[in-house]
Amino acid sequence: MYSIDPNLLGDVVYQAIPTLACVLPDDVWASLKHAAETETSARGQLVLDQLLENADIAKADRVPICQDTGSVWVCLEIGSDVCITGDVFSQVNNAVAAAYTEAALRKSIVRDALFDRTNTTDNTPAFCEIHTLPEPGVARVHIMLKGGGSDNASRVVMLTPGAGRAAVIEEVLSCVREKAPNACPPLIVGVGVGATFDKVAGLAKQALMRPLDEVAPDEQTAAFEAELKAAINALGIGPAGLSGDMTAFDVRVKTAPCHIAALPVAINMGCSAMRRATIDLMPLLVAAEQGGDHE
Amino acid sequence: MSESLRRLTLPLDREALKELRAGDACLLTGPMYTLRDAGHIRLLAELEEQGKLPYDLAGQTIFYAGPTPPCAGRPFGAIGPTTASRMDFAAPALYRAGIVATLGKGRRSREVKQACVETGSVYFASVGGAAALLAKCIDTSEVISYDELGTEALRKITVVDFPVFVGVDCYGDDVYDL
Repeated sequence: MYSIDPNLLGDVVYQAIPTLACVLPDDVWASLKHAAETETSARGQLVLDQLLENADIAKADRVPICQDTGSVWVCLEIGSDVCITGDVFSQVNNAVAAAYTEAALRKSIVRDALFDRTNTTDNTPAFCEIHTLPEPGVARVHIMLKGGGSDNASRVVMLTPGAGRAAVIEEVLSCVREKAPNACPPLIVGVGVGATFDKVAGLAKQALMRPLDEVAPDEQTAAFEAELKAAINALGIGPAGLSGDMTAFDVRVKTAPCHIAALPVAINMGCSAMRRATIDLMPLLVAAEQGGDHE
Repeated sequence: MSESLRRLTLPLDREALKELRAGDACLLTGPMYTLRDAGHIRLLAELEEQGKLPYDLAGQTIFYAGPTPPCAGRPFGAIGPTTASRMDFAAPALYRAGIVATLGKGRRSREVKQACVETGSVYFASVGGAAALLAKCIDTSEVISYDELGTEALRKITVVDFPVFVGVDCYGDDVYDL
């Protein structure tokens, strides 16, 4: 059995945050570059040129890509041969506070949504969750810095089974039509379908983790994503919502079983500064285990 | 596209705004004020209490933004527009009290557009997610009020060649409908 030390998880989060805030992931940069080469709208072109130059400045000067450096989402996935003891996330808030302060990132979290909207001043708490997987040899953490504007443009809706596939498509398109300009397009549109009311939003968020250069794991999902992407980009909303061809870099769909009465749908908008990373912890756990043997 | 960029000096002259049309690409130079969600609740309360705009805001431009701390020798590491519609609750009253322009991203409500027409004011849209680029257009920054709100404080900033599009012009036309 491998075991995850909370300090190791804290270190990984601490290391990841400044780079995520300042360096656009390679797959997102490549999509931006491709969009700039193909956009036919003059205003859209001007926007894409600004976004490319912005990414270059952020990387070179080590400043944030976007002033909204987000809330921090930490999602741990562990397999059948990995154990955790107690609160595995106990060092994550310390890591977030240190990273946000040292890297001069924006502190965007208030103490309570309703009763105390004073800023916590260190961007804590992070929003953490853990998932267990049936196979051995898996230990990875997904980290996302999620902007408020794109999260606000998201939605959860409980459709009826009779409404079917067409209603899911219409829901996604209506969300994009109404909210895309607020969510900073070109978007990555995360779509969750299935599970229960509380879980479907999580599916949509997890869907955003699959890189833009990685196809869906099955043909049905790949075809559905392609259909949605074409329909979204036919809307002409364009970069920054100021008209053009490229409204969404792509769509990411994740489906799940659900109740016979249900067709839960969630849409989680990802902005053009999609700051997320999946970090494989297994090599670190193996090294820690070997280090332990020497003692 | 670059030859069609219009250079505008802040504070804006309402007469000059009549020449602007939704979709025009402009470069702004001069002072403006950053304010967003929590600050608007406070400013609106002060406006109602005092019957006029405090902090010499009459005739000025409000930029809906919450910047990151100083970085790379600049006043902010990153600064960019936040979603303007969240400030729709306050914008009509602020326009009527003397604010000449607002700057953010995304669509505005019908009430905001009506206030633009009625007062001869405008709404500018800039590119969300271009905040490292926009930070290079900021020359100076000072906190004017609400310092305890952190990033949401009221700041006076001076900008140089800050790129925007006319979002809503003083005739009520909207770039997001073009």
